[in-house]
Amino acid sequence: MKGPVRITPPLSDRDVEVLRAGDRVLITGVLYTARDQAHRRLYELIERGEELPFDIKGQIIYYVGPTPPRPGRIIGSAGPTTSGRMDIYTPKLLEMGLKATIGKGARSRAVIEAMKRYRAVYMACVGGTAALIAKTIKKVDMVCYEDLGTEAIRRLEVEDFPAIVVNDIYGGDLFVQGVERYRKVS
Amino acid sequence: MRRVSQKEITEKVKDLCIESAYVLEEDVVKALEDAIGRERSPLGREVLKEIVRNLEIARTDLLPMCQDTGIAVFFVDMGREVMIDGSLEDAIDEGVRQGYRDGYLRKSVCHPITRENTGDNTPAIVHVSIVEGDRVTIRMAPKGAGSENMSRLRMLKPSEGVEGIKGFVVETVKEAGGNPCPPIIVGVGIGGSFEKSAILAKKALLRKIGSANPDGSIAGLERELLERINMLGIGPMGFGGTTTALAVHVETFPCHIASLPVAVNIQCHAARHKEVVI
Repeated sequence: MKGPVRITPPLSDRDVEVLRAGDRVLITGVLYTARDQAHRRLYELIERGEELPFDIKGQIIYYVGPTPPRPGRIIGSAGPTTSGRMDIYTPKLLEMGLKATIGKGARSRAVIEAMKRYRAVYMACVGGTAALIAKTIKKVDMVCYEDLGTEAIRRLEVEDFPAIVVNDIYGGDLFVQGVERYRKVS
Repeated sequence: MRRVSQKEITEKVKDLCIESAYVLEEDVVKALEDAIGRERSPLGREVLKEIVRNLEIARTDLLPMCQDTGIAVFFVDMGREVMIDGSLEDAIDEGVRQGYRDGYLRKSVCHPITRENTGDNTPAIVHVSIVEGDRVTIRMAPKGAGSENMSRLRMLKPSEGVEGIKGFVVETVKEAGGNPCPPIIVGVGIGGSFEKSAILAKKALLRKIGSANPDGSIAGLERELLERINMLGIGPMGFGGTTTALAVHVETFPCHIASLPVAVNIQCHAARHKEVVI
């Protein structure tokens, strides 16, 4: 296995062009959190032609709903949630300049096609390693939708956040390639 | 009659909620560690090592092992000589309320239509059986949605038989792919009625990992299903590999002559369950 690729958002076309399905990535910089209810609200803003609460161009959205922090800490556990639930909202956000999403599990055909078209990648981290991932989060700021609790949009500053590229802009798909390699039945 | 106070049940339930979120049972930890040696994919081995390392961090740094601390599911065996000075459901809900608050666990329960969060992770899901004796056994299994959402129930035709059952179980795991956080544990409920099969499947997940069904033919079915599932190639987190499931547990119950209900309840690798006897 080759060593990890280091990336820092905001990402350019060039940044995502070098990434290939199966690459391990270490991210340092800003991630925005959003999951089910936050996506629903972002989508409603877009439908009404209003501005988004943060500039999405070149950014990375991490699908996560963290546990509450203990006193004196900035965040609790923060592992990825299943990305497929956000599939219906994702192509529009990619069209608006979102460069990467992070979660777990496979994406829909429509999202995969949109990533090729708008030059964006999908990455996964190891689901259920929420304590390990939390250690890479250095700063947390509330962006909006605080009423949603764990589902609010937060701005995370991370250091060496570990992820693996699942879908690259060339149609590479770690889930398809990895499973084909080890499958023993048709 | 032996009296058990509502307060005592609440306290025990609170402890179960907190402990299960931070410390994984030994049998699951051992199954994960053993899998590292068997897994053929280098990336798969890395994933398994990260999962084991995460468990250490969870314990030592007091962080829940997974951010999805689940909906709180309970199986209660209530001795028929026990009398509670109030409502069992209320006592459990209060324990969940306190445990999820004081344990800094995520509140993941909401109204099914409006999606408004109840704010305290209640109500709990409680299954009660009346048994002999004067003890109360409470088993808790917090269930995350990643794996629960990949679970399936199908009413097979009796003519589809055991081959139909095997096909349905393997197909369910295949369709789930990387979503339920493999390596998974597969709980299968065969027979009973529509709802009984689902409860059997969930109960099967509470068994110690790798414990075989006492019925030899069912134990053989468990082994065969595990082998077929691990040939699918899904592997740890779906990145490809030979460890897709750590165990398959099957429970059965007689059913109607015209039906064959089969439920498949999928459990992620953070297979949290804890038990207390009062």
